[in-house]
Amino acid sequence: MEEEKNCVEKRLTKEMDEILNKYPRQKDSLIAILNEIQEKYGYIPKQCQMEISNYLNMPMAEIYGVITFYSRFTTSPKGKYNIAVCLGTACFVKGSQSILDRLKERLQISGGETTKDGKFSIDEVRCVGACGLAPVFMVNDEVYGNATVKMVDEVLDKLEKVEM
Amino acid sequence: MKTFGEIQAIREETRKMLDLRVNTQADTKEKHILVCHGTGCTSSKSPKIIENFRKIIEEKGITNVRVIQTGCFGLCAKGPIVIIRPEDTFYAHVKPEDCEEIINTHIVEGNRVERLLCKDIDGTVVQRLDELNFYKKQKRIALKNCGVIDPENIDEYIAFDGYQALHKVLTEMSSEEVIECITKSGLRGRGGAGFPTGKKWHFAKIEEAEQKYIVCNADEGDPGAFMDRSILEGDPHSVIEAMAIAGYAIGANQGYVYVRAEYPIAVQRLKTAINQAREYGLLGENIFGTGFKFDVDIRLGAGAFVCGEETALLESIEGKRGQPRVKPPYPAHKGLFGKPTVINNVETLANITRIILNGAEWYSSIGTENSKGTKVFALGGNVMNVGLVEVPMGTTLREIVFDIGGGIPNGREFKAAQTGGPSGGCIPAEHLDTPIDYESLSQIGSMMGSGGLIVMDETKCMVDIARFYLDFTVSESCGKCTPCRIGTKRMLEILTRMCEGKSSIEELNKLEKLALNIKKSSICGLGQSAPNPVLSTLKYFKDEYLDHVSYNKCRAGYCKALCNIVIDKEKCKGCHICAKNCPVNAISGDIGKPHEINQSICIKCNTCISKCPFKAIHTETI
Repeated sequence: MEEEKNCVEKRLTKEMDEILNKYPRQKDSLIAILNEIQEKYGYIPKQCQMEISNYLNMPMAEIYGVITFYSRFTTSPKGKYNIAVCLGTACFVKGSQSILDRLKERLQISGGETTKDGKFSIDEVRCVGACGLAPVFMVNDEVYGNATVKMVDEVLDKLEKVEM
Repeated sequence: MKTFGEIQAIREETRKMLDLRVNTQADTKEKHILVCHGTGCTSSKSPKIIENFRKIIEEKGITNVRVIQTGCFGLCAKGPIVIIRPEDTFYAHVKPEDCEEIINTHIVEGNRVERLLCKDIDGTVVQRLDELNFYKKQKRIALKNCGVIDPENIDEYIAFDGYQALHKVLTEMSSEEVIECITKSGLRGRGGAGFPTGKKWHFAKIEEAEQKYIVCNADEGDPGAFMDRSILEGDPHSVIEAMAIAGYAIGANQGYVYVRAEYPIAVQRLKTAINQAREYGLLGENIFGTGFKFDVDIRLGAGAFVCGEETALLESIEGKRGQPRVKPPYPAHKGLFGKPTVINNVETLANITRIILNGAEWYSSIGTENSKGTKVFALGGNVMNVGLVEVPMGTTLREIVFDIGGGIPNGREFKAAQTGGPSGGCIPAEHLDTPIDYESLSQIGSMMGSGGLIVMDETKCMVDIARFYLDFTVSESCGKCTPCRIGTKRMLEILTRMCEGKSSIEELNKLEKLALNIKKSSICGLGQSAPNPVLSTLKYFKDEYLDHVSYNKCRAGYCKALCNIVIDKEKCKGCHICAKNCPVNAISGDIGKPHEINQSICIKCNTCISKCPFKAIHTETI
């Protein structure tokens, strides 16, 4: 177990070096670096935060402050299926609240949380830009337009059967 | 690196090839199949459509047809959209499997695919794009190239006068003349506040500094607004060219586009466009051999609405939490990294090249006395033609919602239109004839905003809409100043209690007082405008608030805690469609006989209401 952990840490350090070396050691590189890490790992692991802190010579607290300020950055991993419900106004007036309520009810988690088995997470997002298809929800990158509560049930039924 | 002569040669040659895009009478055997590749149509598989078309054309060995990905055509409600030029045939809701039929019937046999032709609201089949009512009252300036050119091909942009404006300012105009031209045109900031663009440039110009910056604000956070995204996706070069012009005008040599990371297509198109412009020497050192140097870089946002506020945006580019600065000093004096900075919105910039080329008089002849030019709106919500519209200032709300937007679906009544997003207000039916310009909208308690225009029908509860916006503001408040951080939270709590029927008339008064205080005492635009959705709904829909606090009643039948969903026994024909669609099996009844809803199971998702073919299901106050 200990060995495995060391191995992961080493891999992460190596990958982090590759990412960090692309950016100048300036404070204004921070958000770009965080965006890249978020994109790559789906969240920003603590180890990465420490490496950034060393690289940019910035206190951890300041980095943590930036991470928690922006909604795109998360410090815990998202589920295998991240379901994002659009709560933009166009979707909202077409009933996206019912979609979100149903998801929360079925998965027993709130927005921004992940199920215990790591399979599902819910994101409340503001406008994914597909207002013509409102209301909209997304499962990872796939968009479901003109969504209904029934559609949510069908999608969840299907995904629940998929092995992890 | 290309000389101006070489650019001109590209322009002439490409323009000839593209004549069929804008001229339905073009004398050519070629055909261009244009497929929308904006975010809306991409979500409904337009990339697959492009792929299929290309595959089929290659298989069949057809040589006179090109398939082009374009930016947004505007009518998102009909997407994915395919347009065939020069004849301008408009195919709506195209699926990847329809491609073969379009190629066989339209391209090979020369007939139209009748079943895919777009239908207007009244049901008439539209043969050509410009026959659609949706386009008739529009005037496209900022969106001129959207849906016409391939945004990833700089030659196509050049063909339609691209980079001519930059050449003109660099070789024929002094920086003072450029600023004077923009000032005279009457262009005002399209981000919402409407500050005169020429004046902004002038303030930055007169500052003496070694380094100045141009920043393009593409952090379009207003939920339901997608104008800036569509411009970046459909015509990125127009923004880059305008930034270079602004750089020349104020004496800056570096520009930044601050764009949301949530707009992957826009980011990628911008990157491509910047690289192409650098390759052609239109960005970089010694542009057109004039010694002028300018470059543009992209900075990604990370999902914070407040970063649309200019000083918060600057903080974010500097790598910090996006908290607004106290003004003054204004960015034109002390902006990015403490240097004089001009921050312009995407749509503002998209107007610049047209003003330089067509002249200030041309631009100022469009619009109203104090609001010149056009405005792009993202029309959404309960309206038939959801999409992107560009209209001259002074167009009335009624024209936008009913003539262009095609009215309200499902035979429902118009209740309100919301402009300005979380900073704006709800406009009731009695003000439908208000001409859209900066002053008129703020007079009736709303604002121009960045251009989100959400239409709401009679089934929407205005208290709940106010709650929705406050919920947004609370989660997006940066926390720097107390009125916004704590005040909006208290407002949200009151509104939530109202929607649950747990409030009182005293709280209603408290809500109004809080709103006025927060408006007066917050640091930045976000806090100062956060109470607007409450104040405007209080102004026009006070009865609904009174219903909620005095009688625990929601007249729109929307607030779940105050309503039940019931089936009208007289109207129900027992078709069982509602029961089939109910996700929780709360509806029971024999076929042919009136059905019933078990209130203890019902989750009030409203699915049955929308599915009932006899309009027999409705909400009822408890």
